[in-house]
Amino acid sequence: MEISRHWRLKRQRYALIGEVCPHCQKKIFPPRDICPECSEDARTLYQFSGRGEVYSYTTVYQAPSGYEANAPYTVALVKLVEGPMLTAQLTDLGDEPIEVGMPVEMVTRKLRSDGERGMLVYGYKFRPRLIEASE
Amino acid sequence: MRPVVVAGVGMIPFERRDEDSLVDMLAMAGWNAMEDAQLGDRSIDAVYVGNMASGLFNHQESVASALVDRLGLMPAAAERIENGPASGGSAVKNGFLGVASGFYDIVLVVGGEKMREVIGPKATDVVACMTHPQAEYIYGVTLPALAGMFTRLYMEKYGVTHEHLAMVAIKNQENGLLNPYAHIQMKITMEGILTHPQAHINSPIVADPLRLYDCCPVSDGAAAILITTEEIAQKLKRPIVTIAGVGQATDTHTLQERSDPTDLRAVRISSQQAFKMAGLKPKDIHVAELHDAFTILEIAESEHVGFFSKGKGAKALADGETRIDGKLPINPSGGLKARGHPVGATGVAQIVELVWQLRGEAGERQVKDASNGFSLNFGGFGNNVLAFVLRREA
Ligand SMILES: [Zn+2]
Repeated sequence: MEISRHWRLKRQRYALIGEVCPHCQKKIFPPRDICPECSEDARTLYQFSGRGEVYSYTTVYQAPSGYEANAPYTVALVKLVEGPMLTAQLTDLGDEPIEVGMPVEMVTRKLRSDGERGMLVYGYKFRPRLIEASE
Repeated sequence: MRPVVVAGVGMIPFERRDEDSLVDMLAMAGWNAMEDAQLGDRSIDAVYVGNMASGLFNHQESVASALVDRLGLMPAAAERIENGPASGGSAVKNGFLGVASGFYDIVLVVGGEKMREVIGPKATDVVACMTHPQAEYIYGVTLPALAGMFTRLYMEKYGVTHEHLAMVAIKNQENGLLNPYAHIQMKITMEGILTHPQAHINSPIVADPLRLYDCCPVSDGAAAILITTEEIAQKLKRPIVTIAGVGQATDTHTLQERSDPTDLRAVRISSQQAFKMAGLKPKDIHVAELHDAFTILEIAESEHVGFFSKGKGAKALADGETRIDGKLPINPSGGLKARGHPVGATGVAQIVELVWQLRGEAGERQVKDASNGFSLNFGGFGNNVLAFVLRREA
């Protein structure tokens, strides 16, 4: 993949920055500058807390090329405390069984490496929440 | 709009076809459809090719131009239609519009994909390219992963069990044994894929809770239909099957943005549109081809289309209602599960099967007294769906 593409996405991928619609207050992730709810212009940046819970999950055993070294890995739908849902890998699971409703938090991790001399791509993953933050 | 008739249908067996190029396969299927129509001169106005990823799978683009040349159909208009796994259905819709509008009289629609030219993980990657690049793909999301997360939610919400999922696979592979065009020609049992202590070796996990036998195979193949006006069709002395209803609807690109990820909104809306246009209801359908790329989808779609109420699809399946001899046979062809899913071919192959069924030409897998058929071609993970109602005219 192109280096420019990963550079362009650094805000949403490293800091979980999406948008909030100034017209209907919908919180938007991934950001797209147009509100999917009311189709109005929505460019106000919004920083998500990175805390949420597992809504559904799956462990992938048949990985696509580029991810084979990581297999098996677990992908989840994570419902953020602010409302929106996102898709990400779970990490640092240890022996803990995954459960729907499990509290998780965002961390930055390597997503993939394109070969020995290729580019490393970093982004968010979610791990079981270490400290029960007060909400 | 004027009525549109499917006057000719053709396929080639879906399998691993190392000896044929993509364009070879498209040409063979197209030829078979033209032969079936018994069209005297080949005055075809336009050719639509449903294909998802010839660039990534076969390093070839503009395959519609290549196909008209291959079949000697110049100067017919030609274009490739790409709409992910619904590319075939979209090509059928475009052909339909061409004839219905009066712009064209005779249109050839061909769907095909050659997936086995690349290795397994690469094929998984090419298919995953239809997911959201920043919100899904980059996190290692595959189509089976989305289907796995959907399945977990659906099982929890509606009491669908692993046994129900296996029943879809067993039924469709049984049907596939009656279809010489089906890729998978193998009888499977509940014991062999689920309950035996060694079953996890026969059917390993792909993306839990989905196992190998919950997923369609990776296939090469092509299918074609020739569509025309009623007036021309009447001269061809073939049984008249019309495309009576067409529907298409979209949903959010990602699964994550659906307020209820178990609700297949685009399936509901496209089906309602197709039924409304045909003036028929789900209970009027005698045979259906659904998009069972994953076993859960046959169950979920049978409910969202309106054949069974929400949460009742698994019971209807367990009661045998969807078998070839049941009240509403679903996927007598074997579906994507057994016939195979060469992506761009599927939506066209579904129409081919319905035409064979409605004409009474389906051989050993013939559904009795079928005159109304329905097909559903599910693109993305439900973000772009086409529905068709076909009717045998008296
Ligand atoms: Zn809004």
